[in-house]
Amino acid sequence: MRTDELITLLATRAAAERQAPAAAALLRAVVVGLLGALLIMLAGYGVNPALPQLPGRPMFWIKLGAPALVAASGALAVARLARPGVPAGRVGWGIALALALLWGVALAQWLGAPAAGRSALLWGQTWRSCPFSIGLIALPVLLAALRALRELAPTRLRLAGAAAGALAGGAGAAVYALHCPEFGAPFLAVWYVLGMALPVAVGAWLGPRVLRW
Amino acid sequence: MSAADTEAELRRLLLAGLAGDDVAYRRFLQLLAGHLRGFLRRRLFGWPDDVEDLVQECLLAMHTKRHTYQADQPLTPWVHAIARYKLIDLLRVRGAREALHDPLDEAMPLLGAAETDALDARHDVLEMLQSLPAKQRRSIECVKIAGLSVAETARLTGQSESAVKVGVHRGLKALAARFGVTRQPEGQR
Repeated sequence: MRTDELITLLATRAAAERQAPAAAALLRAVVVGLLGALLIMLAGYGVNPALPQLPGRPMFWIKLGAPALVAASGALAVARLARPGVPAGRVGWGIALALALLWGVALAQWLGAPAAGRSALLWGQTWRSCPFSIGLIALPVLLAALRALRELAPTRLRLAGAAAGALAGGAGAAVYALHCPEFGAPFLAVWYVLGMALPVAVGAWLGPRVLRW
Repeated sequence: MSAADTEAELRRLLLAGLAGDDVAYRRFLQLLAGHLRGFLRRRLFGWPDDVEDLVQECLLAMHTKRHTYQADQPLTPWVHAIARYKLIDLLRVRGAREALHDPLDEAMPLLGAAETDALDARHDVLEMLQSLPAKQRRSIECVKIAGLSVAETARLTGQSESAVKVGVHRGLKALAARFGVTRQPEGQR
């Protein structure tokens, strides 16, 4: 086909069949993904029976807030990387802030605790399953975000995949926090961070494979 | 027309097009095709036959992904990012390892023409290459300019891999001798 003919063909369809803008598509993905994550948490794990008392504990808010910050940073990065020619921006700072918060509180608690009590703060009761549970709960968010990205136009596929992973990991950890019985800050600093890193790694691996257009 | 004028004009036409003005959208695509042709021709001059295909590929991509352009965003980086993405994709499909401009940048000091603009440099390169035997010229075009691997060049030109390597090496040596460049060409790719 000659280029003129292609242009003639395309020229009549500028306003027709337009897809939703990036922000709307991503918002939909986040809602759908979060619903999926909540469903897995409720069906497979159940809400922490002590939930009504939890808002009184500062650690609960750190457990919820740091992952939420990671998720928000990831979402912002996805929204930017989904559009050609828009740099990722400084969203890395959001994630760095969340990590600094987790690790700072963990260090303070670790140093303030008697030596005998430290290992319980780090290992808790559920360290074996925690990262994988977060990864599993994050999965619907990751899939929804990658699906939304496929309809958009990321040009840096590995980075876009990793950003989708950060969105998913943060969301997954925040949802898991509603179940999680652990309250040691060192526990969060290691196992929650690992759990959030899992979807990031999967996203970075999947990006170049599933996001090409 | 300056780059800023072009940007403003293209942007105006695109936005009018998205609002339903088919004439403006058609004009936008035509102007865009012209700019893309120039952009891609500079980077694909080893493959003139591919330029028009890639122009069409880019136009189609920009059309189908036009919902990712937002009115508050400058148009040039958007267009550039898509064109570059599609260019790299083409090279990847061909098995090329890098974007074209990297090998071209490497070749510039070798030619002693770092100051000249890209158009002159391209002209010079082509002219200098013309002075080489056909097989050496083809090998250098593929390996050094288009960024293909030796194996791919061998497949493409029907020579053996060692013949490609020897061709590149002798060709560069001959150019260096003829045009008075003292620096030895760097290791074969």
